[in-house]
Amino acid sequence: MADVSHLDDTRDPLAIAEDWMGAGREVAIATVVETWGSAPRPVGSHLVIDADGNFHGSVSGGCVEGAVVTEAIDVIGDGNPKMLEFGVADETAWRVGLSCGGRIKVYVERLG
Amino acid sequence: MDPHLLKGLNAERRARRAAILLTDLGDGRDRLIREGDQVAGALGDIVAKAFRSGKSGSADAEGRTFFLNVHVPPPRLVMIGAVHISQALAPMARIAGFDIAIIDPRTAFATPDRFPDMPLHADWPETVLKENPLDSYTAVAALTHDPKIDDFALKAALDARCFYVGALGSRKTHAARVERLTAGGAPREEMARIHAPIGLDIGAASPAEIAVAVLAQVIGALRTRKTETRDAAA
Repeated sequence: MADVSHLDDTRDPLAIAEDWMGAGREVAIATVVETWGSAPRPVGSHLVIDADGNFHGSVSGGCVEGAVVTEAIDVIGDGNPKMLEFGVADETAWRVGLSCGGRIKVYVERLG
Repeated sequence: MDPHLLKGLNAERRARRAAILLTDLGDGRDRLIREGDQVAGALGDIVAKAFRSGKSGSADAEGRTFFLNVHVPPPRLVMIGAVHISQALAPMARIAGFDIAIIDPRTAFATPDRFPDMPLHADWPETVLKENPLDSYTAVAALTHDPKIDDFALKAALDARCFYVGALGSRKTHAARVERLTAGGAPREEMARIHAPIGLDIGAASPAEIAVAVLAQVIGALRTRKTETRDAAA
């Protein structure tokens, strides 16, 4: 039991990213790199996305995942990483923002 | 992210070893740092500090901004007793992100049929814990009611500074347990670290409800513990 850690291959985002990559799918990894105030997911949390918009994991409580997936598909397309920022101060907050009042920065990069 | 790095990182995580994925936020280049790897300069200090704290975050060094995603081994819950409560507690704890192990020498209880796809050790805690020592990332829940099985594991859990130690049984049962453990050489002041009766007081009745109460108490212990154990271990 001390020797092996059970990564939940059906829910662990980085294990899923590895599986998807092995299956030849194009993958982007989104990571929470900074939070301010009340943020639902801690720094280091992941959302992984494939080119068809399938995703696993979370970077918020479901508030901004939709927007991150859209951006991630662009990142998969052109290969350039992006830094996204979400918060109530954002002008699009009423549409895509954190209802909890926090702010988060999410780094999105292509795998490979 | 380099695919080889992702594979390497997941391999470290599966082996319960700490690792940091370091990303240069300027150019997107990343590297995998395993615990014990030598990293030169100011970045080396930042990396060492991140391993100690276990906290992910950004840092500036050498005129660049880096993001350090720190992966420390997940917490582990060791259940003493392949009992009805464990049948509910094991899958719940796994969903909550814990590594798990179930130990019970009674082969009628410790069957793969009762615990499908669970790490099950049908042997005495004395034997299993010798090969797989407890550590401060581990919680121990003693659930058999049987001193012959529970007591050794409880003493081992206290000695190993497990972040949580809990034992099933009434106040009366626990009072008798405390007498046995202290008679066996465990310091009396350590007895307060044993959560007994086990689990948060939510009026849990069924085995599954008791499992919820235990898991909630374990998570509470994990998230409110002081970081000094980790610092001291570094």
